[in-house]
Amino acid sequence: MAILKTENLTYCYSTGTPFEVTALDNANIEIDDGELVAVIGHTGSGKSTLIQHFNGLLKPTSGKVLVDGKDIWESKASLREARFKVGLCFQYPEYQLFEETSYKDIAFGPKNMKLSEEEIDRRVRKAAEFVGVTDDMLERSPFDLSGGEKRRVAIAGVMAMEPKILILDEPTSGLDPKGRDKILGLIKEYRQETGSTVMIVSHSMEDVAKIATKVLVMNSSKVMSYDTVDETYKRADEIMQMGLDVPQITKIFMGLHEKGFPVRTNIYTVEQGIEEIKRIRGQVNGL
Amino acid sequence: MMKDITIGQYFPGNSVIHRMDPRMKLVLTFLYIIVIFVCKNFYSLGAMVFALVLMVLFSQIPVKTILKSVKPIFIIIVFTAILNVLYTTNGTILFEWKFIHISTGGIYTAVFMVIRIISLVVASSLLTYTTSPTLITDAIERLLSPLKFMRNSVHTIAMMMTIALRFIPTLIEEFDKITSAQKARGADLETGTLVERAKALIPIFIPLFITSFRRAYELAYAMECRCYHGGEGRTRMKQMKLHGFDVVGLVFMVVVTAGVVSLNIVFPHLI
Repeated sequence: MAILKTENLTYCYSTGTPFEVTALDNANIEIDDGELVAVIGHTGSGKSTLIQHFNGLLKPTSGKVLVDGKDIWESKASLREARFKVGLCFQYPEYQLFEETSYKDIAFGPKNMKLSEEEIDRRVRKAAEFVGVTDDMLERSPFDLSGGEKRRVAIAGVMAMEPKILILDEPTSGLDPKGRDKILGLIKEYRQETGSTVMIVSHSMEDVAKIATKVLVMNSSKVMSYDTVDETYKRADEIMQMGLDVPQITKIFMGLHEKGFPVRTNIYTVEQGIEEIKRIRGQVNGL
Repeated sequence: MMKDITIGQYFPGNSVIHRMDPRMKLVLTFLYIIVIFVCKNFYSLGAMVFALVLMVLFSQIPVKTILKSVKPIFIIIVFTAILNVLYTTNGTILFEWKFIHISTGGIYTAVFMVIRIISLVVASSLLTYTTSPTLITDAIERLLSPLKFMRNSVHTIAMMMTIALRFIPTLIEEFDKITSAQKARGADLETGTLVERAKALIPIFIPLFITSFRRAYELAYAMECRCYHGGEGRTRMKQMKLHGFDVVGLVFMVVVTAGVVSLNIVFPHLI
């Protein structure tokens, strides 16, 4: 069953003024429970606008957003419910930290959900453990932590709300490769362990390709495609035409294909690449 | 939500008003504001409104945008109008009920005040609509520069103003972003008592302050890296020069002022 669905979702900024812009144009998507969706699209393609509709931060100009089959704009209660069901972690989440200790900051979300003290404590500790925040770090001020640690505390703040759908906007931006891999790894683990649906917004596919199950491609305010990673990369050339980058390994195989080698082009991890080379080894001379 | 504020916004353009010397614009706007308080009757006020309409037309700013600048002070306008209607009792009485007396005099005064406030706001927004914040502060610095004994502080104050104005949109954007982020974590800003709502702002203002401080440091470093050391010996990339149309503008305002003064003398009554 689709956990998240949009029907003809359209959103315009500054309606009724000469500056009116359509940021999202007639989006129809259906996301199944348990998927790990990568949302890709370049700057200004409507990614951020789209995800802010999922937990009701933006009200659609027209169309509907259904979480668990329920229209989130039906009533105040349904909107509040959606806020907690869909956890949204913004870009550079470390800039939203404000509490005296990391523990209190992670507890901010669960506290707003009016949970019991014990439940809050359980959730905070669990989320902290997930993202590798130690007990010692929990007692310290979040402003004394390093950039990567701050980011993980902030992500834990959203995870602690235990949302059914976790959405992360560019969770790896501004991090070094090591920090990036760490964040992506823990997101993958989080999904496997909790079975929740996860969405990662990114403008580079290089890292999300490895962990995603589905890819949602956005281009100039429209949903271009929503498909498995395999299917999406069969059309790697189209994605590149939109000004988006594809993983380096995909580029290599596209080049090989162009040179006349009988390889598939929807290769997006090095492991797949090795397999593919092995597969064609017998067929082509000189390999 | 805060993106709708147009006061103080700049609309780039290439009209005569846009190209006028910002110093002249600043002086003329001041003059206009003073003269509007000199007006004593509808005839002189009419002349001022006419002058303003001419300026708006020349600026090529859409009328809709101009009207938007009046929107934020709508309540003040209504309030002033009501007070004037209620507390002026000369002229013929039109309506009477208990303590409420509505007279022709009251209505005239109310209309007069409303036109006066609207012209005031439109004139000053015309200045900000057609002049970038940097140019305005530059003009202020230049106009105040005869105050030699505090020259350096004039530059410092102007620089501070430029920076403050420059960062207003950035701060608004930041505020909106942090608000969304905290809302996503279930922060409730709309309901609750006054104290609760004030408390709900803490998770927004602390990150906002921290970001601002960080930004201030970064800006200071960047300025130092570019050898900024205050106003002394600093030359300008954009030299301000008075053009023909600046003089025309000045003559225009002088004529309008003279007209207003003579209309005041010819017609001693409000209407």
